[in-house]
Parts: sequence; C-alpha cells; structure tokens
Amino acid sequence: MSEEIEFDTAGITKKFMYVNRKAPYGTIYALEVLEAVLISAAFEQHAAIVFIDDGVYQIKKGQDTAAINMKNFSKTYGIIEMEKEDADEDEDMDMVWRIIVEKESMEARGLSADDFVVDVEVLPSAELAKVMAEQDVVISG
Amino acid sequence: MIHTINKSPFERNSLDSCLRLSEKGSPILLLEDGVYAATKGTSVSGTVGTATGEHPMFVMGPDLQARGIAEDQVMDGITVVDYGGFVDLVVEHGTVQSWL
Repeated sequence: MSEEIEFDTAGITKKFMYVNRKAPYGTIYALEVLEAVLISAAFEQHAAIVFIDDGVYQIKKGQDTAAINMKNFSKTYGIIEMEKEDADEDEDMDMVWRIIVEKESMEARGLSADDFVVDVEVLPSAELAKVMAEQDVVISG
Repeated sequence: MIHTINKSPFERNSLDSCLRLSEKGSPILLLEDGVYAATKGTSVSGTVGTATGEHPMFVMGPDLQARGIAEDQVMDGITVVDYGGFVDLVVEHGTVQSWL
C-alpha cells in the first residue's frame, strides 16, 4: 500500500528571488541555483532570477564546453524563459517571473543585453535593491 | 618561472597579486575563470593592457570557448594556447606558480 503525499499549497504564493553571483564553470554554485529554480517552477510561485557580478557570465551567448569535458548548461536557461512566458500569458495563473541583470555588473564586464541567451531586464543597482527588499525568500549562489 | 591565474579578476585579487609579485618578462597564463581577465572592454582592461607590455601573456583557448568568449574578444597582446601549448610553456619555463 502506498499513500500519495499531497502538499497543500493552494493559495500560498510567495516571492522568490534567486541570486546568481558566480561564473558558470569554476564552481558548482551556478548549476545548483539553476536546479533549484527548475524545481521551484513546479510550485507556481513568483520568481525573480537575478544575475549579479560574475553571475552575468552564466547566460553569456556562445558557450561551448566540448573541450573542457563539462556540461554546457547555458541552454537550460531557455527553460526559465519559457516558464516566464507561460506565467505572462496564463491569466488564470497568479505567477510573475522576471529575469534581471544588474546594469553595473554587465557593463564592468564589457557586456550588453544582446550578449545573453535569454531576454533580460537590465536594472541599475538602486532599482534592483528595491526588488530584492520586497522578496519573501532569497536563495543565493 | 611561469605564473598561472585561474580565478576571475572580478571576484578575487589573484590577478593583482600575480602582477605585483611576478618579475617583468616572466610569462603569465590565464585559465579557467582567469580567462575573463583577457576580454576586451572590461573594468580590468587597463590593468591587463599594462601587463601585456611587461609579460608574455597567454590564455587557454578551451576555457575561452566554454565561456562563450570568441578569440576576437581577446585583448591584443595575449596569445591563445591549447593544452599542448600549456605543456610547452611549462617545459620551457620550469617552475609553475599558481595564483589560485
């Protein structure tokens, strides 16, 4: 006999922020946060996926890891973009997803919004600080 | 002696320490997250540009490729090498100091 476990989360919607601050391949942080985002997508919560400092490199276009024998997970961020589009289009679903890059971090690295694999909102740090301050849960890596 | 740097210049001070403590003329190889220092138009481009005048500088091609940095985005004065080139540099210059 197996009992199905049910999570009663109906009506509970919180604001989650995922703060990415690390470059993609030198450490495991980037991949771990990405996995957390993908898992949480199933729970229909608000999500702000933020790229700050070297985290902006996670979504740089043109990554090809064949020669270093590691998984190129930059393409997986496309799934986040799809989740965001679903959230935007579905009027019955109370879910807002945002993909945000900090302007200062982007510019310090000689990058522009065109350099990323997903469409992003570019926010200056003062505005990003406000968005951060209004979150219920912040997961950082 | 050859110096290697494998950390991002935006997150650690490995690049600055290396430049402070390496003799002029000794080669420097950027690899792993260190390759971000080699890209054009960043906030450390001035520092790296000065370094290219004082050291033979190299950057690891496979690490650039993995991170989506095309060779035309690499600063002038930095030579792209592969793993074989890394071995050749070590054979030629002997002791390796790794700035981690």
